[in-house]
Amino acid sequence: MTIRKKLVVIGNGMAPGRALERLLEKAPDAYEITIFNAEPRVNYDRIMLSPVLSGEKSYEDILIHDDAWYAEHGLTLKKGCKATAIDREKKQVTGADGSVVDYDKLLIATGSSPFIIPIPGKDLDGVLTYRDLDDVEAMLEAAKSGGSAVVIGGGLLGLEAAAGLKERGMDVTVLHLMPTLMERQLDTAAGYLLERAIEARGIKVRTAANTHEIIGEDRVEGVRLDDGTELPADIVVMAVGIRPNGDLARDAGLEVNRGIVVDDAMQTSDPDILAVGECVEHRGTAYGLVAPLYEMAAVVADRLQDGSATYTGSVTSTRLKVTGIDLFSAGDFAEGKDREEIVLRDATNGVYKRLVIQEDKLIGIVLYGDTKDGAWFFQLMRDGASIEEMRETLIFGQNYAGGSPLDPTAAVAALPDDAEICGCNGVCKSKIVGAITEHGLTSLDEVRARTKASASCGSCTGLVEQLMAFTLGDGFVPDAVQPMCGCTDLSHDDVRRLIVAKELKSIPAVMQELEWKTSCGCAKCRPALNFYLVADWPGEYEDDYQSRYINERVHANIQKDGTYSVVPRMWGGMTSSQELRAIADVVDKFGIPSVKVTGGQRIDLLGVPKENLPAVWADLNAAGMVSGHAYAKGLRTVKTCVGTDWCRFGTQDSTGLGVKIEKMMWGSWTPHKVKMAVSGCPRNCAEATCKDIGVICVDSGYELHVGGAAGMHIKGTEVMCSVETEAEALEYCAAVVQLYREQGRYLERIYKWMDRVGLDAIREQVVEDEAKRTALFEKFLYSQRFAQKDPWAERVAGKDAHEFAPMNRIAMREAAE
Amino acid sequence: MNELSPTSTEPKAQHWFTIGRLSDIPRRGARQVLLPRGPIAVFRTQTDEVYAIDDKCPHKGGPLSQGIVHDGAVTCPLHNWVIDLQTGDAMGADQGCVRTYEVRKDADGLVSVSLSGGSGKTE
Ligand code: SRM
Ligand SMILES: Cc1cc2nc3c(=O)[nH]c(=O)nc-3n(C[C@H](O)[C@H](O)[C@H](O)COP(=O)(O)OP(=O)(O)OC[C@H]3O[C@@H](n4cnc5c(N)ncnc54)[C@H](O)[C@@H]3O)c2cc1C
Ligand code: SF4
Ligand code: FES
Repeated sequence: MTIRKKLVVIGNGMAPGRALERLLEKAPDAYEITIFNAEPRVNYDRIMLSPVLSGEKSYEDILIHDDAWYAEHGLTLKKGCKATAIDREKKQVTGADGSVVDYDKLLIATGSSPFIIPIPGKDLDGVLTYRDLDDVEAMLEAAKSGGSAVVIGGGLLGLEAAAGLKERGMDVTVLHLMPTLMERQLDTAAGYLLERAIEARGIKVRTAANTHEIIGEDRVEGVRLDDGTELPADIVVMAVGIRPNGDLARDAGLEVNRGIVVDDAMQTSDPDILAVGECVEHRGTAYGLVAPLYEMAAVVADRLQDGSATYTGSVTSTRLKVTGIDLFSAGDFAEGKDREEIVLRDATNGVYKRLVIQEDKLIGIVLYGDTKDGAWFFQLMRDGASIEEMRETLIFGQNYAGGSPLDPTAAVAALPDDAEICGCNGVCKSKIVGAITEHGLTSLDEVRARTKASASCGSCTGLVEQLMAFTLGDGFVPDAVQPMCGCTDLSHDDVRRLIVAKELKSIPAVMQELEWKTSCGCAKCRPALNFYLVADWPGEYEDDYQSRYINERVHANIQKDGTYSVVPRMWGGMTSSQELRAIADVVDKFGIPSVKVTGGQRIDLLGVPKENLPAVWADLNAAGMVSGHAYAKGLRTVKTCVGTDWCRFGTQDSTGLGVKIEKMMWGSWTPHKVKMAVSGCPRNCAEATCKDIGVICVDSGYELHVGGAAGMHIKGTEVMCSVETEAEALEYCAAVVQLYREQGRYLERIYKWMDRVGLDAIREQVVEDEAKRTALFEKFLYSQRFAQKDPWAERVAGKDAHEFAPMNRIAMREAAE
Repeated sequence: MNELSPTSTEPKAQHWFTIGRLSDIPRRGARQVLLPRGPIAVFRTQTDEVYAIDDKCPHKGGPLSQGIVHDGAVTCPLHNWVIDLQTGDAMGADQGCVRTYEVRKDADGLVSVSLSGGSGKTE
């Protein structure tokens, strides 16, 4: 009998488990094998820990190799015995129990360890990680008495832990540093759907949350965030990432970067030592999923039999194992000019699919809600198969692949007569088809009027139109709607209606629920959506500055040379010696090249470099001046004349009213800019009759005008009504602006809105309907509570500091080529 | 602000300048890096791709770093040309091209840019 070579394995996780299996299949007697395992147990399926945590499986269900298997194959498994040293000279491994084992070949498979964020309190009792069965047992113990758990990390592991703990009856909050969950695997649309699904199971999610410290005496009591929020917690689970275990190898003098460096033969820098699993770094990559580890394991098994197999790296894909949530992602899903994307969104069923294609090949996949084609797409991606032939139907999956392009009317034709088309109004297919044929309906509006289908939230409009096309054939000409932009077929009005009806409160929410055709919108729709959300959800929606045009993002007007202009407010056109002196000082101090009196009764400082803006604002703030919003789709100026204060014809205090209006209205965001004026008598020196809203003071009170403009089209105002008191004038003006905020399309001036809806409709709501007017006024004031913060002062205090400083400078010498 | 020196010891063909962290750039946003010959704009997309191009629109020199970033493109703040960040080409009907630079980010989130060689097109 030949003397068998000795193989020692350090670590008993999934990767070496697979390697040994493969080795024993082919060459059962090649080696005498000893395994060191720090964990006091056999090899089990680590990725199934989540079902054990949630109670769907038991530990026994997830065993890969039981004790009998080791016995049968004659392996020595040293359970609970950590390897503490490798002596490469003597070719020996020392265990924690003092034992020393010789090897001819050594396989290192030490896996990786959870990363612990170095914050105060990280060592308290009750701070857990999520890696092995001990962690699961500790979590189950804590969950017995209920209480609350905070999970730090909204990646795969964190979400699985959260779902499991929730299942076990704990009150769970997930904290995630980034704005969307699983941002490494998902784009924002899928991240949004995931967040909704997680919240729907009662788990709280806080994104963009940075943990400051874990609080507690000797046990965890809670978590404090950077913004000062404190969350109570009986346990804290840290699931923020993993780090390959390379210490033992490093101590033995092997080459270790992020992980233990191996070549394509899975060999370390010592020819007799191989490594496998999460502890290795291959061609610069350390993997954290089993599929690539299994590919490595096959190569290891072959090499241990003196084979010549090579490992050349893997393409990985991710799935989340939380029951009821289907998501799949793989590859590279960033955008790029030479890349093309196919997006399919089905809001009703919560489905989102996105394929990224480059040179006719699939290179990225994100699937949410319907992942059944994940494996098929993934195979196409890994094979680098050309998708040219099936581009049209690719997104519909394998069943449609290669078939003829889908006929949308065929889908509705196939629906049974009693299929519900309009959920809001409970209208079924036969009712719509019946109404169309019976009454000879040909337009969507007629169908809406007759049947109520798509008359509420409107999300079934597309289906109704398809039914009309199916019933009327070529006789159906769909209403021409002007879509917002190329990213959607919906008009501005439809989008606004749906934002309210479906309570959509973020841009990703709108894009998903309204089935946007691009992943991230464009420069046309993003600013519009941002405005609609700001206007519709005051106090709830967080302004997305990256979706604002530069002027509104940095609160100054960009000029042709890239510098900015600064226009401080001069309430009602009034100023003072102090203000003028402060302006003069600022001009001198910063060497501002131009100072101009604007057409809006105030002063413009032109030619300020961006970096100087905060300092210029700080000085203006110190003299009591705030942003004039000369850059805003919002209230610009309220021009006034001198009125009863000085003028021999003045009938009312036009200056005073102008100042009051401006103080009430400043800071408000509107579909387009709003300019106002108050003249003290019909001579109208403040030019109130060519403003969006104008007030002409008369002996008996105030004449209120709307819908003027003096830009590209000169347009005189129309009189809306007359009121007697200043208080009424203020209330009516605010009510009109609020109505415009709710109905105006983005970039539609008041006069265009008025042309569209009619002055009568505005009068009906603002003048004749007192309850409506009061409600509009109150809504306006409510939203002003959030809007009236001087944006300059906020930025002087440090907000958005990144906007005003270059990221870096590269000096002359080094940048010279 | 620091004066930077090359951070790599690679042969002189390509110097990588570390310019900061990925987190210094807002998602769907950009920052400027100042050079004696004019600023370059470093962009970060929604999906954390990073691109660097001259901060100068091929139309009339508008500062592209100030535009709205959508997908892999930026819309110039002055007259709305749309520039592809990867190639530097104007998209749609507009004709023009801006120089691009190679960028890399490492595992710790540091972003470096190479001013020479690379995929850059000449001005
Ligand atoms: C500074 C100023 C000219 C001046 O030196 O007097 C000015 C300057 C600009 N106007 Fe104006 N307008 C200025 C008063 C006006 C007026 C007069 C008024 O407000 O009484 C009008 C006619 C009234 C009206 O709006 O109906 C006016 C009608 C326009 C228009 C045409 C709007 C339209 O719907 O037709 C534009 C273009 C636009 O907004 O799309 C425009 C756009 C601009 C822009 C923002 C052009 C741009 O996009 O860069 C200019 C910005 C300069 C800057 O950076 O400061 N400006 N502009 C005035 C600033 C007033 C203020 O204190 O805020
Ligand atoms: C909760 C959870 C869910 C997961 N879900 C998925 C999933 O859905 N899909 C997927 O692909 N992947 C998933 N993973 C990742 C997957 O489990 C790992 O990639 C895989 O288990 C790594 O295998 P390994 O053999 O390299 O290391 P490990 O399984 O980590 O094994 C390493 C072993 O070595 C032991 N050890 C370390 N140092 C020593 C030493 N000095 N001496 C002796 N023993 C030592 C450790 O105690 C450990 O038992 C999940 C992981 C976790 C924790
Ligand atoms: S009139 Fe034209 S050039 Fe003059 S400020 Fe207005 S937009 Fe600019
Ligand atoms: S300068 Fe960029 S579009 Fe004109």
